[in-house]
Amino acid sequence: MASRVAPVVTAASGAERASRSGIWVGIFAITMSFMAFTSALFVREGSLDWGHLALPSILYLNTLLLLASSGTFELSRRHLEATPGGRVRSGQMGLIWLAATLALGIAFCAGQYIAWQELRAQGVYLATNPNSSFFYVLTFIHVLHVVAGISAFIYLLGRLLLRNGSLRRSFFDNTVIYWHFMGVLWVYLLLLCRMKL
Amino acid sequence: MSETSAQPAHVHAPPTGFWRKYVFSLDHKVIGKQYYGLALVAVFTGMILSWLMRLHLVWPAARIPGLELLSKAGAPGGVMTPEYYLSLLTMHGTLMVFFVLTNAPFAAFGNYFLPIQIGAEDMAFPRFNMMSFWVTFTAWVVLMLAFVIPDGPPIAGWTEYTPLSAIGKDAGPGMQWGASLWGLSIALFCAGSLLGALNFIATTLDLRAKGMTLMRMPLCTWAWFITSCIALLAFAVLLPACILLILDRHAGTSFFIPSGIVASDRLQPHAGGSPLLWQHLFWFFGHPEVYIAILPSMGIVSHILINSMRKPLLSAKVVIYSMMSIGFLSYMVWGHHMFLSGMNPMSALAFSFPTLTITIPATILTLIWLGSLYGANIQINSASLFALGFISMFVAGGVSGFFLAQPSIDIYLHATYFVVGHFHMVMGVASLFGVFAGTYFWFPKMTGRYMNEGLGKLHFWITFIGTYCIFMPFHYLGLIGNIRRYQSFVDDFMAPYIPLHKFITIAALITGAAQFIFLFNLIYSRFKGKPAPENPWNATSLEWSIPSPPPWNNFGDKHPVVYHDPYQYGVKGSKGDFVMQDSPEVIPGGD
Repeated sequence: MASRVAPVVTAASGAERASRSGIWVGIFAITMSFMAFTSALFVREGSLDWGHLALPSILYLNTLLLLASSGTFELSRRHLEATPGGRVRSGQMGLIWLAATLALGIAFCAGQYIAWQELRAQGVYLATNPNSSFFYVLTFIHVLHVVAGISAFIYLLGRLLLRNGSLRRSFFDNTVIYWHFMGVLWVYLLLLCRMKL
Repeated sequence: MSETSAQPAHVHAPPTGFWRKYVFSLDHKVIGKQYYGLALVAVFTGMILSWLMRLHLVWPAARIPGLELLSKAGAPGGVMTPEYYLSLLTMHGTLMVFFVLTNAPFAAFGNYFLPIQIGAEDMAFPRFNMMSFWVTFTAWVVLMLAFVIPDGPPIAGWTEYTPLSAIGKDAGPGMQWGASLWGLSIALFCAGSLLGALNFIATTLDLRAKGMTLMRMPLCTWAWFITSCIALLAFAVLLPACILLILDRHAGTSFFIPSGIVASDRLQPHAGGSPLLWQHLFWFFGHPEVYIAILPSMGIVSHILINSMRKPLLSAKVVIYSMMSIGFLSYMVWGHHMFLSGMNPMSALAFSFPTLTITIPATILTLIWLGSLYGANIQINSASLFALGFISMFVAGGVSGFFLAQPSIDIYLHATYFVVGHFHMVMGVASLFGVFAGTYFWFPKMTGRYMNEGLGKLHFWITFIGTYCIFMPFHYLGLIGNIRRYQSFVDDFMAPYIPLHKFITIAALITGAAQFIFLFNLIYSRFKGKPAPENPWNATSLEWSIPSPPPWNNFGDKHPVVYHDPYQYGVKGSKGDFVMQDSPEVIPGGD
């Protein structure tokens, strides 16, 4: 049998495909980390000092803000326009929706900060009890990941507003995937806190 | 088999200036060499620490010149205190497992050769790649700071078992700031390794050259790819564990500290935590870590043996599937490190079964290597000797794993030198033999010069014999009940075995000294070694199709096209008994 060659060349460049793989691999790693925290919570809840934590009600408003930001991000994506160089630029409405997404993301972080302040006002700190420990750890580390997403928004806005106003489509799409994942992760964490803390 | 992708335009510009070229480089080859250099510093540090421990074990009152300079409190007058022995034990284990066995076979060689072997110009994310090294380097600096702070390095061992590691200064010397530095260092190491693993996976999946299907990747590329999948899961769990440990130590939380712990006559202000939780999280990382250390060496050794035998393995596919099975099973066996923790016997059984199952793919691999060697006219050189030595170490160290996988036997042996002998051979030395083999094999590609063969063979024989002299007696000592982690042996029943311990110490000193031959060879050959041609071993994979050392963009302006699997040896090609992967020659019956 003669040697064979696999000559298939796909349309997307290797770099773009790699960045898509990279974001999914990253999401997998983040999921695994939160699974580790969840396992720790399940083990720790078996102890005698496990109690109950009344979650600050602002968390539900924050949830709405974060989910809304996913929606505005999608609206922003709809206004992307392809440029001749294989890149994309955004129309004015797209930029407005993107700015709204950024504002909602920042509002979510501010809301989480208010939730921590509410707990502190009640005398519930990180080390008060295991429930509060897990609450602060889970929410704080989630916010850290959200801040990474917000940094990406700022970069996106900067690129779309400055220079020739274009960027790689894959960067925009990957940020969207990451941001949606932040929303899904937060809903999971809220349910976990609601049921277990 | 998946499709291959078009290559992108150059992923980064050619480096200019000293800092961009040699320090904060985006080039995967420079980053690979940086990882190798860091591993080299760490391995010699770890080895010297092991010398100090061995000397103290057999001559506990001996004054070791210069030791007082390392720590006045730990070695007053140059005589090591029992606590300082534990500090050195911790640092030896941490340096070796993280900064040597993870960095050298995986991060160093993987970074240098994975992109070239798949025909890529660089890693998928060069900036992440640079960041992953410098985060790892920072982790090493943070760890080494433990030597210079007044508190000294921690005494809790490389596993940092809680609650000892979580309660702070009351736990003993090094447990106030030394243990915190350990936690921070390992958390940083996890972050660096996660970035690295992400890069390896995306690069392998999406940057393969035209024609480089998954099954045409060299076995070492497969090993690095599987290892990166394992590392992604493992370090993603150890990082949260380290965060919780740091919070217990500094924020007053009680994730791992139970109620009623009294240390240094003080009731600890914690309640309700679970020390076993740390063990579960740690070993969920820890056992896969064994395969993070050994799988790359399996791939490297397979790659080198095939070249030395001038014929393919009995089945490369079975090797790939066996490595995958090992990777998969590695996540189901962590509890076998915890048989002594008081776990439910049914749980022990549940962990014992997959542990014994993992011996099946490991045995298949060994049989494939040995079966392929049968009747082969192997070319003996430093690289192939270390590759053969790897198989020897893997078998000799791995066989004792059969015993330790069974809870009833492990409960007797777990806290003894039997386990120390087992894991040093199968995980430590075997993996390092893969690194040595890789170094002798790829050195001509990395530098354009050969390493000295005479010195290489001398290095091999002293290391090979010395390793057996050190670690085989460990198994015997374990069987007679020699407890590990003790800093001296005062029990009467141990008196007849002190001469054996002295023999081990002398063997360790000689074997360690032989590593300086390697170091000398490495440095000497870099500058004065015999010049090597582009493909000195008549090898087939893509790294041998480019100049030595490779240019910054690996393949110049060409995009390689792959026509064959990586092991077309023993065939009639235009260059001899082999056909390179990028050669369009037609091979009857070839892929």
